Amino acid sequence: MTPPPPTRRPATTPGGQASPGSVPGPPSGGPEAPDHPSLRGRGGGRAGDRVFLGLSRGAGILLLIVIAAIAGFLLYRGINAIKVDQGNFLTTAGWDPNGLKPVFGVAALVVGTVLSSIVAMVIAVPVGVGVALFISHYAPRRLAQLLGWVVDLLAAVPSVVYGLWGTLFLVPKMMGIHTWLGSYLGWVPVFNQSQPGAYPRTLFTAGVVLAIMVLPIITAMSREVFLQTPRAHEEAALALGATRWEMIRTAVLPFGRPGVISGSMLALGRALGETMAVAMVISQGFNVTLHLLDPGTSTTIAANIANGFGEASRPVGVDALIASGLVLFVITLIVNGIARWIVARRKEFAGSAA
Amino acid sequence: MSAAELTQDDFPREAAVPVRRLTQRRLPRWAPWLFLVVAAAVGSGIGAAAGLKSHLQWGLIAAAVFVVGQWAVSASVEGRRRATDRLALSLVGASFLLALVPLVAVLAYTISKGAGKLNGYFLTHSMNGVSALDNTGGVYHALIGTLEQVGIATLISVPVALLTAVYLVEYGRGKLAKAITFFVDVMTGIPSIVAGLFILSFWLLTLGFNYSGFAGALALAILMMPVVVRSTEDMLRLVPDELREASLALGVPRWRTILKVVLPTALSGITTGVMLAIARVAGETAPVLLLVFGNDRINNDPFSGPQSSLPLFVFEEYGKGNTFSTERAWAGALLLIIIVMLMNVAARVLARLKAPKNSR
Amino acid sequence: MAKRIDVDNLDAYYGKTKAVSGISMTVEPRSVTAFIGPSGCGKSTFLRTLNRMHEVIPGARVDGRVLLDDEDLYAPQVDPVAVRRTVGMVFQRPNPFPTMSVYENVAAGLKLNGVRKADLDDVVEKSLRGANLWEEVKGRLKKPGAGLSGGQQQRLCIARAIAVEPAVLLMDEPCSALDPISTLAIEDLMGSLKERFTIVIVTHNMQQAARVSDRTAFFNLEGPGRPGTLIEMDATEKIFSNPGVKDTEDYISGRFG
Repeated sequence: MTPPPPTRRPATTPGGQASPGSVPGPPSGGPEAPDHPSLRGRGGGRAGDRVFLGLSRGAGILLLIVIAAIAGFLLYRGINAIKVDQGNFLTTAGWDPNGLKPVFGVAALVVGTVLSSIVAMVIAVPVGVGVALFISHYAPRRLAQLLGWVVDLLAAVPSVVYGLWGTLFLVPKMMGIHTWLGSYLGWVPVFNQSQPGAYPRTLFTAGVVLAIMVLPIITAMSREVFLQTPRAHEEAALALGATRWEMIRTAVLPFGRPGVISGSMLALGRALGETMAVAMVISQGFNVTLHLLDPGTSTTIAANIANGFGEASRPVGVDALIASGLVLFVITLIVNGIARWIVARRKEFAGSAA
Repeated sequence: MSAAELTQDDFPREAAVPVRRLTQRRLPRWAPWLFLVVAAAVGSGIGAAAGLKSHLQWGLIAAAVFVVGQWAVSASVEGRRRATDRLALSLVGASFLLALVPLVAVLAYTISKGAGKLNGYFLTHSMNGVSALDNTGGVYHALIGTLEQVGIATLISVPVALLTAVYLVEYGRGKLAKAITFFVDVMTGIPSIVAGLFILSFWLLTLGFNYSGFAGALALAILMMPVVVRSTEDMLRLVPDELREASLALGVPRWRTILKVVLPTALSGITTGVMLAIARVAGETAPVLLLVFGNDRINNDPFSGPQSSLPLFVFEEYGKGNTFSTERAWAGALLLIIIVMLMNVAARVLARLKAPKNSR
Repeated sequence: MAKRIDVDNLDAYYGKTKAVSGISMTVEPRSVTAFIGPSGCGKSTFLRTLNRMHEVIPGARVDGRVLLDDEDLYAPQVDPVAVRRTVGMVFQRPNPFPTMSVYENVAAGLKLNGVRKADLDDVVEKSLRGANLWEEVKGRLKKPGAGLSGGQQQRLCIARAIAVEPAVLLMDEPCSALDPISTLAIEDLMGSLKERFTIVIVTHNMQQAARVSDRTAFFNLEGPGRPGTLIEMDATEKIFSNPGVKDTEDYISGRFG
């Protein structure tokens, strides 16, 4: 089952050849300094080495098994639920798995999950990149280091704290902006308010909380790449007569783009899967709706699992939640896959450089 | 997009490359401060005149006046390029302030709400027999739960993650290593609730075990593993090959080289990574909610019966929705922040003190 | 377009450390002036004060005057951005923008300085020809600039710098990262560029200074632990055959540095 061992093992028989005092230097593949495939790849020779290699390879394989098991078990329990579902699991909007005739589907949940994450990204990406630029290219160096630290620490605040703060502090404060958006931009479908003045425990507020939560992720990763912009490129731009902003646009942003993208995608993955903050902030419902400003119409997959678990029936109710979790799993896999693909593609272009 | 379009009118059309004089008309150094004062005045003026209650709105008006006003004045005096440069500066500065406000607000509000309740009594009592309406009770049982669950998760995940990282760096070539690297990435992206659902369907539903701290720890371990693999991998790659060669050249077998030379060299970096991972999972609520279930009483045995945990305590107390329970939720949240932040700061200080010299 | 540079009693600092002290000199237009001297004597620092690139480094500052045809670069109303556009620079290591094609690299400065799109093709071709690079790259203008060889990259950077038609071209050891053949190509190029620009080149290579420059300035430290300064400046032949100062002779004959 295991693929062939990592390197062409030297032809020496493991164990037998371990004559004492034999130089451990690789017989083949001598002096290539920068990379030592032969140096790293040698596992055979002594019993201890074989045991250690076995252990470490076993750990890696265990990790693969865990991933496979996650997919497998979610699929297995999820299919159980989908089999007894009286509605279409993918297109049904309601969520009623606990009765005698379970009818449930992820349509509304997926829409809610995606919408709240889009709101979060629309807010967090520009602001996060701005903060990163401020720290990397505008703030004085000492201050910048301190700020970088603070942002890193804020990334560590647990989501349940953001949830608590979101519902008790932020939600009341969001009233004004809901009214404002609803009355001035109500003609845009997403800002249409069907119940003006309703307490704003909405997808929009959830999106704002998510934005605050993922902002440090975007900032940290963008700042890291912005700081790595080669000084030579910045100076080249300045020497051509670029202003600071033009220098950033010609040298820093193109160089940092892959980092910004992968940071944003990581943040998106986090926003899609965030559970507690959304569960605490939002007032949930199960309609397929684009109305960000209406409470009680929508929720996200993860929040629904947390809120619905307490009263979920066994086994169908719980299995239904697991099935929705599988959908979330697939969505986050796709997002992460896209991120990696983008970064890899950019790397190729830049790689042809050196 | 192009500065070409923005500025071409400023220059004679004949020359392909416009001539620029060295001396440009420029706004004085104090101009931004003047704009700031004017904008603040205009903002509060409009705000007061229109009777806007929220001072946030005053600030937003002032910010808009500042950005637009400075851009317009600068464009007419200094030209579009300078104006754009100033605009970028004010937008970057504004985004920074905008980001700082909520992040500071979270900390400040939690401290102001939670500090009063966070005392010795709170730390040393459980919620056994305390109703939502009582002004007593504490977090002791949840602390025990968090400690045990995170501890077990660490014990499970760290050895596996360390060995995996060693495999990837020291032995790993070929398909298996590539697959592991890829799936570690995949695992990093798994939402915590999905990890919780997996253990739920595997450990509880399929194997038939009951809610327990251990079940929660299994999920936390899944969340920790990829993080630790990643950070350990990075640290091991920083260990110079010369060290490995030197040891191997002395006839030390490979596995002893790794144990005695490579790992100790990278130890502080690895520890930092582990501590950051612990800090992250200590705040996880979702999997605990599904697997540990919650318990008002002290349960010291992580292997049998429901437990509580600090984040779960916060969630439950919030859910009860009474004055005193909400106070307990805030105090719990503050305690959680303190613990997580301390771990973070400690990890970073350690990393800085013992940073390998060739880290860049 | 080429302009004369007059430097009057210039000091340059990094934070509190004085790196260059009391330099006065005149650089003639339409000529090549070489700066030579041992490492760390402030040649490059001084060069960077001539287009206000020195102050880009945090904490760095300059005292004194640099006149470009009677206009002081450090006068309060002067815009450093305009200075750098008028005084171009080529760096030690070729530094084309890695995400841009050959064409975009040359056009980068033009776009910033407001050249109309319609004129861009012309100016790019003219600049590449001016840098003796057109024949080699005309078929791959859309390929990444960083894909060229080191010598070609450096000429690409020269094309990028001359595209905005500066008055002065500063070159900070432009050949130190290149092989002998590429070096020769760039030295040839300097001969033709000096018809249009004032050229200042910092070099470690004394043969190079002797080959390409009309005038040579010798820099050295004022003393151990002291800032660098200008020791003497004269016609290149004079400096290399009959220098006025003993230190210069010692350096040129290889007795130190």
